[in-house]
Amino acid sequence: MSQELIDYNIGYLDEQTKRMIRRALLKAVAIPGFQVPFASREVPMPRGWGTGGVQVTAAIIGEDDVLKVIDQGADDTTNAVSIRGFFARVAHVGTTTRTDEATIIQTRHRIPETPLSEGQVIVYQVPQPEPLRLLEPRETETRRLHALEEYGLMYVKLYEDIARFGHVAKTYDYPVLVGERYLMAPSPIPSFDNPKMDGNPALQLFGAGREKRIYAVPPFTRVESLGFEDFPFEPQRFDDPCALCGSTGVYLDEVIIDDAGASMFVCSDTDHCERTVAENEEVFA
Amino acid sequence: MYVAVKGGERAIANAHALLAKEGRGDAELPELSTEQVAGQFGVLVSRVMTEGSLYDPELAARALSQAQGDALEAVTLLRSYRTTLPRFGYSEALDTTGLPPQRRISATFKDLPGGQQLGATFDYTHRLFAEAPTEGPELADHTDGDRVSMPRVSDLLGANALIEPDAHPDQDATEPGDLTREPTVFPMTRAERLQALARGDEGFLLGLAYSSQRGFGSTHPFAGEIRVGEVEVEFDAPELGFPVPLGRIEITECQMVNQFTGSADSPAMFTRGYGLAFGRSERKAMSMSIVDRALRADEFDERIESPVQDEEFVISHSDNVQATGFVEHLKLPHYVDFQAELVLVRRLNREFHERQDHAEPVPSDLVPTVEEVLA
Repeated sequence: MSQELIDYNIGYLDEQTKRMIRRALLKAVAIPGFQVPFASREVPMPRGWGTGGVQVTAAIIGEDDVLKVIDQGADDTTNAVSIRGFFARVAHVGTTTRTDEATIIQTRHRIPETPLSEGQVIVYQVPQPEPLRLLEPRETETRRLHALEEYGLMYVKLYEDIARFGHVAKTYDYPVLVGERYLMAPSPIPSFDNPKMDGNPALQLFGAGREKRIYAVPPFTRVESLGFEDFPFEPQRFDDPCALCGSTGVYLDEVIIDDAGASMFVCSDTDHCERTVAENEEVFA
Repeated sequence: MYVAVKGGERAIANAHALLAKEGRGDAELPELSTEQVAGQFGVLVSRVMTEGSLYDPELAARALSQAQGDALEAVTLLRSYRTTLPRFGYSEALDTTGLPPQRRISATFKDLPGGQQLGATFDYTHRLFAEAPTEGPELADHTDGDRVSMPRVSDLLGANALIEPDAHPDQDATEPGDLTREPTVFPMTRAERLQALARGDEGFLLGLAYSSQRGFGSTHPFAGEIRVGEVEVEFDAPELGFPVPLGRIEITECQMVNQFTGSADSPAMFTRGYGLAFGRSERKAMSMSIVDRALRADEFDERIESPVQDEEFVISHSDNVQATGFVEHLKLPHYVDFQAELVLVRRLNREFHERQDHAEPVPSDLVPTVEEVLA
């Protein structure tokens, strides 16, 4: 059986598509937090597995870029490995696991612990770009609510949580107000990471492939997590340090270590953890 | 020690090697060729082409082989390839009246110009396991020597103004949208909706059509006409100034005749629903036409109260590449989000127990008796 090989364009997407996505990105940067509809293309991974992030990265990546891909904060989770391998293959770019070496960081569910700097771009994979979707399923309706800056629905939800549980019961994908105008879904990062979005020197881009939306937070933009005067926003915190590197004030994963359900807490950000361990060894060496 | 997430790269490579091995089956037996799949799984290949939005039986067959028979995986493969192809332009509208049908039936008229032609169909077969003849069944001689014209049933009804017209006055004023090239925004035009339905999952549309038939947004459908056959695709290259044929594709078309409208001011008239799919895809074309008609509720001032009539519900969920991707993405690690929830649930529990422990029991003499309350 003879089958011809199929050649794909550099960066996988064709140039017309890249231009279309770049236009959407420019509009998104011009209106921080506003969801720009774009003609999302198929990419060779399933919908819901980062196809929006992949399209944004494919549209902005060049041969000089150095790409880092994380999933759940880790460079070596299977989907991060898969996406990093994809770009190494189709875009011929260098890759890294070090946050400070990367020019583009594609992420799912986390913002790295190492602070981002000017000139870096962080691309978020977004499953549901509409922060109001679970409160109002209709797109025609939520679009109207954004146009009118009518976000009462979300405040009522937060209020009801407080009335029922004594706390806001939203621990990830915690809604933010961008540039004092648009309500935005930060993608399902833990609320722990929310404060990192505010005034961040890096350009933050968001791609939702299945839902066909792109949005952005330009550098040094105000990103405010919703709260009330008497119940201000409270990011989650961990009491224990990382069991491997001893870092405090970082996001931790709980790892079950025996049949009895005993667990240990370790850094979710593998790059941060490895580097801290190495630094500790230097100090004690 | 903590090694659970290490070695992702090797794990992926090994998993893919195992997948290839599973897909190959018994190595003693010859591998299925693309030609065999295209030739002998024609209906499945049609489905993959329709939902993959790409007419290429050989590539669809190849996708099915690579996907080990997983139709949705094959559709995803085909679409991921399709989207990389440069777009030179758009073909002329297909003329299905000129389509010489391999199959053509109407359930609304006993006989009609051109007659009924069963063609290749599973209808009326007894669903018994047959002993398959190796040489292929013998075909009885074709009797229809001269080809008679087969006008569309909807055109016959249209001639007497008994059905809403196929074309609307301004329909060519605007180019139909293309969901694969332009952003989708609700509400959609009917043309965009039809494109979405054509790409939509056969099973999902079948279920919706069935729900409509059972009364959730009924449209009282009659299968006005179903035809299957090859039709010419023409392309108008600007430098030539006239359309040139590109080739022929096999399609299935369904014209559903539905619920009539009419009032004191306008004469009674049947309405229509339309379905079109690549290859032999009768179930898909029929389901699509019922759903298309149901989604036109707004046009006919019908009350929208069932899922099948709800554009956002139907169109947002009919694409199986999106649906399967998102449902299956739950396999991806979610431990960061789960950890966040875990921390909150533990905290809420702790606070609950603290409240319980600190709550002082109410002295019994302070609790009013039933009699006191009722008094």
